[in-house]
Amino acid sequence: MNKQTREPLIHITKRGSLPWYRTLGIRAAAILLAVIFSGLITMLLTGENPLKIYVTIFNGSFGSARRVWVLLQNTAILLMVALAVTPAFRMRCWNLGGDGQILAGGLATAACMILLGDKLPGWLLIVVMLAASVVAGAVWAVIPAWFKARFNTNETLFTLMMNYIATQIVAFFIVVWEVPKGAGQIGIINQISKAGWLPQVGPSKYLLNVIIAVVFTVLMYLYLNYSKHGYEIAVVGESERTARYVGIKVDRIIVRTMLLSGALCGLAGLLLVAGTDHTLTTTITGGRGFTAVMVSWMAHFNPIVMVFTSFLLVFLSKGGSEVASGFGLSASFGDILTGIILFFIIGSEFFITYKVNFRKHAGKENGK
Amino acid sequence: MIDLIAFIPRAVIQGIPLLFGSTGETLTEKSGNLNLGIPGIMYVGAISGVIGSFFYEQAGAPSPVLTVLIPLLCSMTGSLLMGLLYCFLTVTLRANQNVTGLALTTFGVGIGNFFGGSLIKLANSAVPVIVLSKTSAYFSATPAGGATDWFSRLFLSYGFLAYAAVIIALAASYILNHTRIGLHLRAVGESPTTADAAGISVTRYKYVSTCIGSVIAGLGGLYYIMDYAKGIWSSDAFGDRGWLAIALVIFSVWRPTLGIFASFLFGGLYILNVYIPTGTNLAIKELYKMLPYVVTVLVLVVTSVRNKRENQPPASLGLPYFREER
Repeated sequence: MNKQTREPLIHITKRGSLPWYRTLGIRAAAILLAVIFSGLITMLLTGENPLKIYVTIFNGSFGSARRVWVLLQNTAILLMVALAVTPAFRMRCWNLGGDGQILAGGLATAACMILLGDKLPGWLLIVVMLAASVVAGAVWAVIPAWFKARFNTNETLFTLMMNYIATQIVAFFIVVWEVPKGAGQIGIINQISKAGWLPQVGPSKYLLNVIIAVVFTVLMYLYLNYSKHGYEIAVVGESERTARYVGIKVDRIIVRTMLLSGALCGLAGLLLVAGTDHTLTTTITGGRGFTAVMVSWMAHFNPIVMVFTSFLLVFLSKGGSEVASGFGLSASFGDILTGIILFFIIGSEFFITYKVNFRKHAGKENGK
Repeated sequence: MIDLIAFIPRAVIQGIPLLFGSTGETLTEKSGNLNLGIPGIMYVGAISGVIGSFFYEQAGAPSPVLTVLIPLLCSMTGSLLMGLLYCFLTVTLRANQNVTGLALTTFGVGIGNFFGGSLIKLANSAVPVIVLSKTSAYFSATPAGGATDWFSRLFLSYGFLAYAAVIIALAASYILNHTRIGLHLRAVGESPTTADAAGISVTRYKYVSTCIGSVIAGLGGLYYIMDYAKGIWSSDAFGDRGWLAIALVIFSVWRPTLGIFASFLFGGLYILNVYIPTGTNLAIKELYKMLPYVVTVLVLVVTSVRNKRENQPPASLGLPYFREER
């Protein structure tokens, strides 16, 4: 009865590599399934015709010119943060501190705008802001990186904690700078003089951010794939021992790469504070540091693909809120939809990396 | 000077949700799963209990036993499902644990705030806000009754879930350190390859410990709503306590007994700003709120610098296990 050599029903093996069209096919199927599933959930909750729900989701992002701009702006910022965390991820250094680094950059920007707003000429102020935000973000990332490189401190947990330290420091300065006293918020900085506001390019105040994001996407792609630094990052990510063996100074690469990550996050902070919001709050990041992790991972750390993945997530969350507001429900519905699509995509990766072999016909086995 | 007899019970009450979260996460991490979905799971644990209790209170809540049992079971089911989802993705499908955990947190917090904000509308109920006073009365009933001596205030002024949290932490510590199951679990977390070769089912241990861990963490959310918040749901009120619970795991160097005191300490640090006289300087209060995180970072750094073997995270923490991979 109990045969010793019974073959398991399912046997999982690792795939070599799949042709790109099959990988794409699996991903597309996952997204399609997720969309159908989200539609079903929405239908159950609202009792509305699913087609109408999809139309509403679409309208949430493309309904008006303003909405399209908001969609592009959110995509651009999310993309910037995703680009920022990507180099670290490529070397398997889990920088979950995007939020903290953005806040550090944003805080530095706001500090320059408030303290130097009436002292420096416009262009010089922006240069100072740029330098300050990049340095602040970089410092916030280098602290955990240095400990990671020197003592192998767990960077996932360290960067995570740095987020909340940054949040409280920002909260501290918000109370210091609040206008009027006791309001608990800073309000629009330099509303009249507009000192330190990034210039508007073209028809929308959001266009500049979109252009910057596009430029950085290309730069990051080149950096990761065609530069010596990018190559070193890839080697360290693949195997630290190999890297040491071939004479790469792993410690230096870790610190340098995290510095780059932090600097870019700081820049994203600048874009948020000086480019669009013109104020500073503790929730200005909107959890983008975490969302960016998923954007980057879904794109397999490929900057070009990240354009699509960040777009997808922003699109869904806008659509979800639109559906929710249409039915008088909570706007957090967008988060649920985002979660569902992420689960499907995360699950689909398995079928790209592994192959599932079912046991051959049972009759053959009995003959053994 | 701080009035300690007034301060300590407040700190403990703040610490209890963190204790649930950190005990759950410690069990989970001991199996090698770094579940960053804990904040989401705690939201789901809270809202599932709220949903169960909401409908039962709508029906009049006739039986005291069911008034307690229904939210409890709903909460546990909700967080169990989240735990299963995490396990399915990370253990069976070997997905990246960080990404899965973060997705779970987005999803869980979304579920919590969505149902918290929409439950009344979805249920076509006449009440304006979710106030579960009947259920909360049972959950926050204290053994001290109305006694006001210092002993009752320090030790007997908590709802039953608070005592449960301490007992669960002690039990978790006993199981981890003094039973065969605990030994196997630690082996799975330290080196799944070795455990597998020794005939321990890595998959089963990871599933069971992560799911139990999720259920425990979810109770923290339930405690927060039913006892601390007196049955009132408000969006995002639970805040970043889930992340603080993860910090606590590091702070207590993966020891649930240490976690009991650490959670009360964190609870104290969390509300210290209310008790420390700062005069008119409100800004300083914000810096006091930073303390739990700074302390955690210090512990993280110190343990890694000293590099003592017994204080390290489980060696395979965060890594998926695939038998055929070298």
